[in-house]
Amino acid sequence: MDAEGIERSLTRIAYEILERNKGTDNLIIIGIRKGGISLAERLCKKLSSIEGAEIMSGMLDITLYRDDVLTTGKRPAIESTYIPFPLDHKRVVLVDDVLFTGRTIRAAMDALMDFGRPELIQLAVLIDRGHRELPVRADFIGETLPSALWENISVNLTDNRNADEVVIEES
Amino acid sequence: MGVQAGLAMSGWRFKSTMNLSRKDMLGIIDLPKEEIDLILDTAESFKEISTRTIKKVPTLRGKTVITLFFEASTRTRTSFEIAAKRLSADTINISASTSSVVKGETLIDTARNLESMNPDIIIIRHSAAGAAHILAGLLEQSIINAGDGAHEHPTQALLDMLTIREKKGSIKGLRIAIVGDIAHSRVARSNIYGLTKMGADVAICGPAMMMPRDIDQMGVSVYYNMGDAIKDADVVMMLRMQLERQEKTLFPSLREYTNLFSLNRDNIKLAKDDVIVMHPGPINRGIEITPEIADGPHSVILEQVTNGVAVRMALLYLLSGGTK
Repeated sequence: MDAEGIERSLTRIAYEILERNKGTDNLIIIGIRKGGISLAERLCKKLSSIEGAEIMSGMLDITLYRDDVLTTGKRPAIESTYIPFPLDHKRVVLVDDVLFTGRTIRAAMDALMDFGRPELIQLAVLIDRGHRELPVRADFIGETLPSALWENISVNLTDNRNADEVVIEES
Repeated sequence: MGVQAGLAMSGWRFKSTMNLSRKDMLGIIDLPKEEIDLILDTAESFKEISTRTIKKVPTLRGKTVITLFFEASTRTRTSFEIAAKRLSADTINISASTSSVVKGETLIDTARNLESMNPDIIIIRHSAAGAAHILAGLLEQSIINAGDGAHEHPTQALLDMLTIREKKGSIKGLRIAIVGDIAHSRVARSNIYGLTKMGADVAICGPAMMMPRDIDQMGVSVYYNMGDAIKDADVVMMLRMQLERQEKTLFPSLREYTNLFSLNRDNIKLAKDDVIVMHPGPINRGIEITPEIADGPHSVILEQVTNGVAVRMALLYLLSGGTK
């Protein structure tokens, strides 16, 4: 997937979010660290330019909610979470780059519940690579990319939009 | 709040995945600068949890933390307990006055018995220097030193360093004055080790009889005049006059001490305009610091307490689980 492809996918996802939620009322976009942060930022810009409204946004570090946080060899670094508003009655769109096992999303949903009781949570991802280990599905998908378990999929977004890319590598 | 503002506040500092190279947190003296940075970075991220409506994350679910306090404490013990609870650990508090210590049980027997109940982390405060080190050598569990005699109080130094870094951006190159009874102060000792490692210019001040004998080897400048010590300081750290540790012969007159070594509205003008004033608590109001300074605009004393919870959460997290 090249820079143009990523851009078109995000534009389509933005329209889908607006269509599904009938506008931006009570809508909050929350990026999951680290891969979801810049995607969430771009989605927010698109949403607010389409609707002409300010979009609420936040970021979430799910490390402390991971199911393997104490069992991996190293303690993962903790980044800050920034959700400075209660999520009660809000429509939350979680944003991440790659949907894989679903474990990150499980952790993210648990974390969100500690910030209130959202009206609903939707999930937007740029890539769905399959191999789910939990019953999780995305509401908005850039591209479904069947992959082998031993492959790495990396989404590289930079300040230079033209260099954006999604790469599949043998690990 | 727009996303731009949100992202700008994130402070995208890259934090590497690394571990503490130790099972226990016994002192600052053998803690490398990189590990101090790791603990402070982690603590910075943990601060946000204490501002939530639901102030709890599930990370240490199923872990047991014991606080074993042979000396009085409200701040430190409560801070550790809150830190552990906000990480979902179970906590048990034992204080000497209500334990079998009053029946004559030795420290080592107490520790062996606690070990048999399979805790994960034991936090100890004791009046004897080296008490935490003894437990660390004997027990499999992670031991955190919450103060051992006049030796070290590592978590206090870490929360002080977090507060300074937050207020001043960095510790390197700052002029930091520590004033009071240095010889009896584990807070001073841990801070001297930590702040010099982080590149601060540390000035120590107090009566000559309250200077530790090894002060020459600590990489600090020593003053016996308060004005000289706090001149142009970025940070002034006042120590509690530990009346309970003073032998009467060392301490002729409290009023004389207050006249010479108390921080007040006159001598604070010698420090930089944006000086921050710190105190580990509990404060003896009117002895080492006047109430108007302790409660004044330069004071960050209560922010130190807030940061204490974050630093202790960071330590409990970094010392828990996995391969060491």
